[in-house]
Formats: sequence, C-alpha cells, structure tokens
Amino acid sequence: MSTIETSGKAAGPVGDTSSAGPRNVSPDLMAMRRRDQRRKWSEIALFTSPALILFALFVVFPVASAARYSLYKWNGVKKFSEAEFIGFENYTRALWGGNDPATQQAFKTAYSEPFWQAVGHNVLIIVASMAIQLPLALIIALILNRKFPGRSIVRVIIFAPYVISEVIAGVMWFIIFDPYGIATKFVESIGLSAPDGGWFESQTWGIWTVFFVVTWKYLGLAIILFLAGLSGVPQELQEAASIDGASWWQVQRRINIPLIGPTIRIWVFLSLIGSIQLFDMVWVLNRGGTQGQYATIATFMMQFGYFRKDVGFGSAVAVIMFLISLLVAVGYMLTVLRRDNDNSEVAR
Amino acid sequence: MTATLNQAPPVSPTDESPAPVASPRRGGGMNSSVILAILVGLIGIALTLGPVLYLIVGGFRTQGNLTSNPTGLPDPWMWQNYADILKEGIFWRQLFNSLVVALGTTIGVVLFGTMAAYPLARYRFKGREVIYLVFVTGLMFPLTVAVLPLYFIIKNLGLTGSLWGLIIPQIAFALPVTVIIMRPFLRAIPNELEEAASVDGVTRVGFFWRVVLPLARPGMITVGVLAFIGSWNAYLLPLLLLTGDAESMTLPLGVTQFQGEHASATTLIMAYTSLSMVPALVFFLLLERRIVDGLTGAVKG
Repeated sequence: MSTIETSGKAAGPVGDTSSAGPRNVSPDLMAMRRRDQRRKWSEIALFTSPALILFALFVVFPVASAARYSLYKWNGVKKFSEAEFIGFENYTRALWGGNDPATQQAFKTAYSEPFWQAVGHNVLIIVASMAIQLPLALIIALILNRKFPGRSIVRVIIFAPYVISEVIAGVMWFIIFDPYGIATKFVESIGLSAPDGGWFESQTWGIWTVFFVVTWKYLGLAIILFLAGLSGVPQELQEAASIDGASWWQVQRRINIPLIGPTIRIWVFLSLIGSIQLFDMVWVLNRGGTQGQYATIATFMMQFGYFRKDVGFGSAVAVIMFLISLLVAVGYMLTVLRRDNDNSEVAR
Repeated sequence: MTATLNQAPPVSPTDESPAPVASPRRGGGMNSSVILAILVGLIGIALTLGPVLYLIVGGFRTQGNLTSNPTGLPDPWMWQNYADILKEGIFWRQLFNSLVVALGTTIGVVLFGTMAAYPLARYRFKGREVIYLVFVTGLMFPLTVAVLPLYFIIKNLGLTGSLWGLIIPQIAFALPVTVIIMRPFLRAIPNELEEAASVDGVTRVGFFWRVVLPLARPGMITVGVLAFIGSWNAYLLPLLLLTGDAESMTLPLGVTQFQGEHASATTLIMAYTSLSMVPALVFFLLLERRIVDGLTGAVKG
C-alpha cells in the first residue's frame, strides 16, 4: 500500500506518471509504475463510466435512432424491423412535397406548407427577439443599473417569471387571452377591438400573441443577466466619463454597452437556440393553433411524429431542426463568440 | 434552454452591494434618474405580478363572476375552489411526483456529473479532451430531437408511466452542462491539498469523497439548482411518458390534464394553476440568490 502512495506522490498530484521517471529505471520501479498506471485508468473508468454510459444510452443513441427512423415509413405501432425503407422521402416530403408528381400537390398542402409555416414562425420569434426583446431588456437594465429604493425587490420580482414553468405561464395567458376574457375587455375599454377570431386563433396576430407571452416569461432573465454584466463594469470609468461632461446616454453607449458585449452575445446565443426549439408554451397554447397559426417546428414534429403516428416523418423533421440549431450554434460560436473566448484567454 | 449554458467561471461575481438606498450625492441630475429607475421598476413589477394576481384572485371567483366582473373583487369569494383541490388527493399526488422526479434528477446529475468532471479536471491522460468534447457536443443535442426514440426506448424498458423512466433520461440530458460547469470548479482545488492527502495515505478515490465533494459545494449547488428547475418545469418528456393515468403525472402535465377535464370551469383551472405555481415560487424565494448567481455565473463565460 505504502509503496503505491509514495510513487503516486513522486508522480505529481495530477497523476502524470509518464513524464516523471528517469530514463533508466529498475524493473522493480517499472512494475510499480505499471501498477500505478493500471490503477489510474481504473479510477478514470470508475469516475467517468456512469456519466458516459447514461449519455451514450439516453442521449447519443436516441439522437442516432431519430436519424435512422427518418429514413423509414414507420407508424411506431408495428415492429421497426417491418418498417419500409424509403430513403430521403420523408425529408423531401417536408421540404417540397416529395418527388412523386402524382402526390406532390396533395403532400405539399398536407406536409410541406405547414412545415414551412412553422419554420417561418420560429424565424419570426428569433427576429422579434433580437429586434424587440434585446433593446427592451437592455434599456431597462441600463435604467435599473443604479441604486434606488426597492432595487432588490424589483430584481427579484422581474426575474420570477423565469422560474415559473412554460406550462403554467401558458395556461395563465391562455385564460387572459380568451376571446371573451379580460384582455379583450381591456382593449375594448380603450376603444380598440380584439383580433378577429380570438387572440391566438387570428391568422395574423396569433404568433405575435405567443411572442408576447414568451417575452413576458423571458425578458426578466435577459434584464438580470445584463444587470449582472453591468455590475462588472468599473464604476470609475462611468464617473470619469460623466465628470468629463459625457451625457447619460453617451456613458451607456460608449462604455456600458460595449463592456457587457460578451454577456449580450451569450444571451443572443441562448435566445437563438431557445427560439428554434420552442415547444412547451406553444403546445400548451392549444397545440400551435387549430390551423397551426402559431405552430413551431417542435410542435409540428410532435403533431406528426407522436399524435399522427408518422414516426418516420416526425423524425425527419426532428433531424432538420437539429441540423438548423447545430448550424446556427456552430456558426455563431465560430464567428461571434470566438472573439470573446480569445479575449478572455488573453485576459487570464 | 438551460442545455446551452457556456463555460462557467468558478465564482459568480454578481454584485453583492446590498444597499438599496438612494445616494443623491452626485448632483441634481441624478435624482431624475432615480425617479426613472423607480418608475421602470414599478411598471416591471405591475406587468409581472398583474397577470399572476389575476390568476390567483380568479381562482376565488364563480364562473359567472369571472365573465361579469373580471377586474373587481370576487363576489362571493369561492374558497371552495381551492379547498376542493387541496382536499382531493390528486394535486398532492402530482406535487409528490414532481418532487421525486426533480430530486432524483438533481441527485443523479450532481453525483454523476461531478464524478465525470473530476478526472477530466485533475487527471492527465490520453483521450481526456476527447471525452470532454463529447460532453460539449452533447449541449447541441436537444431533448426535442431525441424525444420520439426515447419514447420507444423507455417503452421497451417497460418504464412508461414510471417516474424512473423520466428521471434517467433527464439525468442524461443534464450531464453535459454539469460536466462543463463543474470542471473549472474542480480544477481550482489546490494541488497542495491533494499532495497532503496522499502523504496522509488517502487514495484518490478517498480524496474525491472527503475533500473534493465538500470543496466543490458551491458549484454543485449551482448545477443542482439548474437541474432541479429544469426537471420541475419539464413538460415534453412527461407528456410522452406519463400519459393516461393522472395519478402518475407530474404537476405541469397535471395542470394541462386538469385544464382539459374542466374546460368549461375556467375559475377552477385558475385555482389549480395558481396552486401549482406556489412550490416553484417558494423554492425561488428561498434560493433566489443562488439561482440568480448560478445562472449569471454560468452564462458569463
């Protein structure tokens, strides 16, 4: 026992046995080192295997299975071995109605158009997040970034919706935006009228109503993240600038906003990925609408893959969604976030 | 969305300055910005709390009262709505299920994630960065993509309708974030401690249990809180795995189930939803600092 410990100590605390020893070693020492190596590897296996096994079985394997299912026509009821291999037909059906002229028009209406409608909704959520949520959260954070009475309570309450589940938030707003509910009464009381057919069911306004609910739930997170970033900006910089006669807005624009750039860019990343995968809230809000007025890619996938038992087609949609988020994530990391990481490497 | 947090620094440098006191020492111009901040804060509070209060108060109304006078005080106060839900076992049952799933997920994630992060942080071996990279790419694998196959896997394992069928995949999907957040924490533990421990005859496994786990507690709390919230709010996986029997559902699923069953009794739905919100809000108020620090710390890479 003790020999191992001393050798372990000689090898250094990080367990690096390979580079520690001198070139000519006695056979005795060699055996000890080998034993030490074996021991190290068994420890590594012991520590990493539960996580790696779970990860392989319940993350990697299902994702790979989704890719496989997507090449078959399978309803999920009969055995998968009896499913019919159809190549990329599920994909072409989603993208342009398939290649068979006999069914293309019908498939276009049934599959391809709702698919692109859903994609469009995700894109709209992304664009609206960047164009509306980001400036709104930023300006609120800049205003709140100072000492004022009740500051901590404001922060706590603003952040609270983030902890409430999308399901609860969804049900709550579904009641508020009921066609005969309080939202309708409110707009009527100020002389406007609610969208035709109801807030969610409206072909034009449905997705915007969803965006409103998403904003209610996630704006607080953005504000708190930005405030945390702002708290890291040195106070002296702002004071020096205002002594030099810079206006409030100049201080924000030239000092605060650039200095919390990394936080903003991370938020953009989180928001992009979240928007692409948006599911819970939309599903709770009447499964994306009776005619998919505000369906997203994820709810579209569930509609077909689970409830209509077209597992092959649903999986193809899932894979497309995966590829989109991968493309966006990797592209964003390589172009935008890379700069931040390089900078922080230097700073450290 | 928590599946996409970036690398974390060991400490979260959020502001700890506690004084919400106005300091008008920098001239008159500052006062107007204090007023503006208070104003914006009040609007924020109103927009956040307004809908929630409407929901809670709505739970006390009769259906007729909700349509005729939705903004006034309830008349009469229907304590019955809440009392009935609390008297029936199903709400408590679903609360209990949610708690079991969230705790099971949290314990599993924290334990397995920290274990995996330990050699990745403190051992030097061939393939270390490859394993780490496997977890980093894992961030890119959303549950949404895997959910259909997962449904069949869990079904084949005979775990449909069981809480285990939910806990195990949830652990697996939370592992990447955990490993990525924990690695810098574990790396920050001084080497001298490990040397001292090995002089005292402690093995590395013993060192992990007796020294690393206690020292890495702040990090473990952060990832634990993230995993707990994620599990508590989860909907997609329960939707596929726990269908049919309301007794086996978690709260979010229970809410939509209740909504479907009582489609015409809006005020009852409001009461049920309000009650389901309470545990999360209590948890949040108790751990507010930890949650906010954890999130901001995890995001500010």
